[in-house]
Amino acid sequence: MTTPRPSTDNLVEFRDVSFTIDSGPPIIDRLNLSVAQGETLVLLGESGCGKTTTLRLVNRLLTPTLGDVVVEGKATTDWDVIRLRRRTGYVIQEAGLFPHFTVAENVGLVPSLEKWDDAQVRARVSEMLSLVGLDATRFADRYPRELSGGQRQRVGVARALAADPPLLLMDEPFGALDPLTRASLQKEFAELRTRLGKTVIFVTHDVREALMLGSRIALMDKGRIVVLETPAGFAKADNQLARSYLATLEGGLVFAP
Amino acid sequence: MIEFLQSNWSDILSHIAQHLWLVFLSIAIAIVIALPVGILITRRRRLRAPVLGIANVMQTIPSLALFGFLIPLPFIGGIGPRIAIVALVFYALLPIIRNTVTGILGVDRSVREAAVAMGMTDRQVLLQVELPLAMSVILTGVRVAVVITIGVAIIAAEVGAGGLGEYIFRGLRLNDNRLLLAGAVPSALMALIADFGFGLIEKQFDWSSQRKRTSRQPLRVVAFALLLIGVGAMTYAAFRGLHKRSSSSAAHVTVGSKDFTESILLAEIVAQMLESKNIEVDRQFDLGGNLGHSALLAANIDLYPEYTGTAFTAILHHQPITDPSAVYQQVKREYQDQFHVDVSAPLGFDNTFAILVRGEDARRYNLKTISDAARHAPQWRAGFGHDFMVRPDGYPGFSRTYGLEFAAVNDMSLDLTYTALASHKVDLIAGNSTDGRIAALDLFQLEDDRHYFPPYEGVFLVRKDAFERVAALKEVMQRLAGAISTDEMRKLNYEVDGAKRDKKVVAREWLLKKGFIQ
Repeated sequence: MTTPRPSTDNLVEFRDVSFTIDSGPPIIDRLNLSVAQGETLVLLGESGCGKTTTLRLVNRLLTPTLGDVVVEGKATTDWDVIRLRRRTGYVIQEAGLFPHFTVAENVGLVPSLEKWDDAQVRARVSEMLSLVGLDATRFADRYPRELSGGQRQRVGVARALAADPPLLLMDEPFGALDPLTRASLQKEFAELRTRLGKTVIFVTHDVREALMLGSRIALMDKGRIVVLETPAGFAKADNQLARSYLATLEGGLVFAP
Repeated sequence: MIEFLQSNWSDILSHIAQHLWLVFLSIAIAIVIALPVGILITRRRRLRAPVLGIANVMQTIPSLALFGFLIPLPFIGGIGPRIAIVALVFYALLPIIRNTVTGILGVDRSVREAAVAMGMTDRQVLLQVELPLAMSVILTGVRVAVVITIGVAIIAAEVGAGGLGEYIFRGLRLNDNRLLLAGAVPSALMALIADFGFGLIEKQFDWSSQRKRTSRQPLRVVAFALLLIGVGAMTYAAFRGLHKRSSSSAAHVTVGSKDFTESILLAEIVAQMLESKNIEVDRQFDLGGNLGHSALLAANIDLYPEYTGTAFTAILHHQPITDPSAVYQQVKREYQDQFHVDVSAPLGFDNTFAILVRGEDARRYNLKTISDAARHAPQWRAGFGHDFMVRPDGYPGFSRTYGLEFAAVNDMSLDLTYTALASHKVDLIAGNSTDGRIAALDLFQLEDDRHYFPPYEGVFLVRKDAFERVAALKEVMQRLAGAISTDEMRKLNYEVDGAKRDKKVVAREWLLKKGFIQ
């Protein structure tokens, strides 16, 4: 599986990006951030901190109010938006699978949109399904409603990877799963990412997940990045918010009196 | 009932086909309009409230009122299927637009976002994701529109669009349950089948595991109620029909009449004469407008009283002429050729415009004819009904023919002219020649010596096959030829309208006096 080499080492760059809706307070406030080729950047923060907005600026589901988001050396506003999105895998909570498409049709969506021929699409679908640990012969013709939550999320990942995009955007993909399924999917995903060498931007509010998956962690608060560190650096950060996140990991089990 | 079905089967089928065609065309046009409009207003939030508001208002307009508004409009107006389809489309728009909007906006946000993020174009999102996922809700809208349209299309018969409404309206006017059912049952069944069929199609588009059934309950209940009513009514009619047939004798005549005293009296006279000969009579009175004519042609009735002038102008569409025998001969010939209907010999009276003066004036000035009265006209005030003032055989030609110049001409209500004349408010009026008040108020009818007014001689129109079936009918018609003078008709009318006596009794007394019955 080959990924085209980008012209710069930074696959994604935020340059003084602000995002506001109407004349409200900024949701993203003068953000500067670089995501290097092959790394997994985790955006960590509480609801409303702007992490999902940041993610959505990358594939231009949103357009910056000020500044530029640069993907593969070109501002998102200069991209043909359809091309940009087809080169960017996107996985969201609850997977967002099309309920009227079979698993195969869901996974083969972008290749079909890209007008691959049927045999190619079919081969790609089986390849992707086995990549995420699903047996194509058993699952290809099922509908999403016939799958468990974990299986749906696997299909969501397979769909995002199907057209071999260099960049993968993931918005709390494992957030709605039960703890056991979540843990096994996280582990599998960590291996998969290393194997494929994809660049990933990953949104979560779970600090454990951030430490486990991220090559770097960006902690966000009120539209700004307050800590940007490797997992090891993040564990030693003296930022107040970072400390309170880390505090949830310490102290072991607490039972109600 | 079964006989009725056997003899009317092809007619009922063609009305069902008409009805289906009306519904089909209307729904097709409504979908073509409503679907794009619905899609548009999911994209333009600002248009949503006004568009849904207008569609809402359209649906609250009562259907008859809507037809009233539409008839005078150019291009879409007029009478017939076109205007009916326009109105039906109006009613079908709202449910389809509303459900298109609800369906598309109801598509799961994460699904729509995923579609956009996968790099689908707007068109692809709409056609491959939003419309398929909204389809079951949109189809519910179409189903509601179809059921509404099947119902409203019944009213369309009022504007001459045909369909099953024709049976229902004819049944209501004739008080004939078989006709009523011939319209009601197929339309109820149609609504049920449409409801059921669309329900099945919707299931194909229901992608969620648990199906939403609740929204369908009310429609189901209505449809089921319609079916129950239909079945109940059919059972009742079948029972009634059975009951009727068992007591019926070989000879059976259905007598019709128009919806005013004179016509009902004449029909009653014939009915009683037939009954005195042990022939069973079915009375289908009070048929308004030209309903008597269409009922006669459809063999719903065997005969009804008519006026030569009315048949000549309103039914055969000729320009009015004044020669009574020419009118009678032409009406008789054309009815025979076109409708296989026999026109009886004139009954003897003429129900035309009567130029009336007070009896005392007629005697004092020795007035016999309108020409006699012309020299008094400059001193007289005239009172005429609104209708007489404007119709082609009314005042303008009348005053020209006789060279009349009145001191004043009052345009007033026809009813009031009689009392105005009697109380010396006016001196000459144009009344109705067989009106009972002419005798009651001692008024005098001046002779139309220049034959200005077209003749309106009373006759019976009788289906040829009725003569073949019931021999006695010929004899009755022969006895009534020339039997009722204008003066006698006037008195009979007065007994009913003036003295408020029962029509059956008045008819019976006259028949006894004439010796037509014992």
